[in-house]
Amino acid sequence: MDFQTFVFYFLSAILVFAALRVITARNPIHAALHLILAFFTCGGIWALLQAEFLAIAIILVYVGAVMVLFLFVVMMLDINLDRIRQGFWNYLPLGAVLGLLMVLEMGLVLGNKALQIPASAAVTPPGVSNVKEIGRLMFTDFVYPFELASIVLLVGMIAAIALTWRGRKKSKYINPNQQVFVKAKDRLRVLQMPVEKD
Amino acid sequence: MQTLTLSHFLILGAILFAISVVGLFLNRKNLLVLLMAIELMLLAVNMNFVAFSHYLNDLSGQIFVFFILTVAAAESAIGLAILIVLFRNLKSIHVDDLDELKG
Repeated sequence: MDFQTFVFYFLSAILVFAALRVITARNPIHAALHLILAFFTCGGIWALLQAEFLAIAIILVYVGAVMVLFLFVVMMLDINLDRIRQGFWNYLPLGAVLGLLMVLEMGLVLGNKALQIPASAAVTPPGVSNVKEIGRLMFTDFVYPFELASIVLLVGMIAAIALTWRGRKKSKYINPNQQVFVKAKDRLRVLQMPVEKD
Repeated sequence: MQTLTLSHFLILGAILFAISVVGLFLNRKNLLVLLMAIELMLLAVNMNFVAFSHYLNDLSGQIFVFFILTVAAAESAIGLAILIVLFRNLKSIHVDDLDELKG
């Protein structure tokens, strides 16, 4: 077993373990933390596949942003664990049979001779930077989808804010426009009244 | 033991995908973990894309993964926002409580 194979099996074992813990953990915070481990390990496997840009991107985007969002939400919600875990294992037999069948079917197809391309056929020559190549492709051939992706992110941001915005707080609110154009006679009223004598 | 082949990575992706499907079955009452299982499923898909991209020497697959990451980030942000609004209204994220629409 060469070194790369060893690294692959090591990382895969961690990845599968973390994925299993994500779906079985009792506490959602543990699930989120194991999902972080899964993403981190996946970054390692992608680095093994010489996809350095994506390996960094998944750690920055997922571990750094998406999972922090998940953790914030988990901590903000007050979840009734006992009620949610009720009947948790009821669907395990059906789910497990389905999952095993899926792995078996896909394994039969994917373990095929035709797909067993050895790694030596596809080694990036030295001096070629993955990040540079992806950047070149992204700003030439894929520049239109790239800009669409930015619009998707913008729409996502606006939607998230619009959904959770509760409206303006009920505080004393001053309109600066009216404030600037206010005159003395709007605030002060001079009354004419007769002098009172004892 | 031969060196790493494409099918190693594809089968790893298949295992991840199956785990997340089982996760959808097990956690059908907990919306939060359902979202996490969906993220895991996207990860399995991305794994296949990266593996094919490497072994076919075609970088388009990695560009595609980049776009999937973008869309998944937007999706999870909106999903979590919906979850928060839901919790604000119902005081729970139990799936059985979500029967307002009486579909």
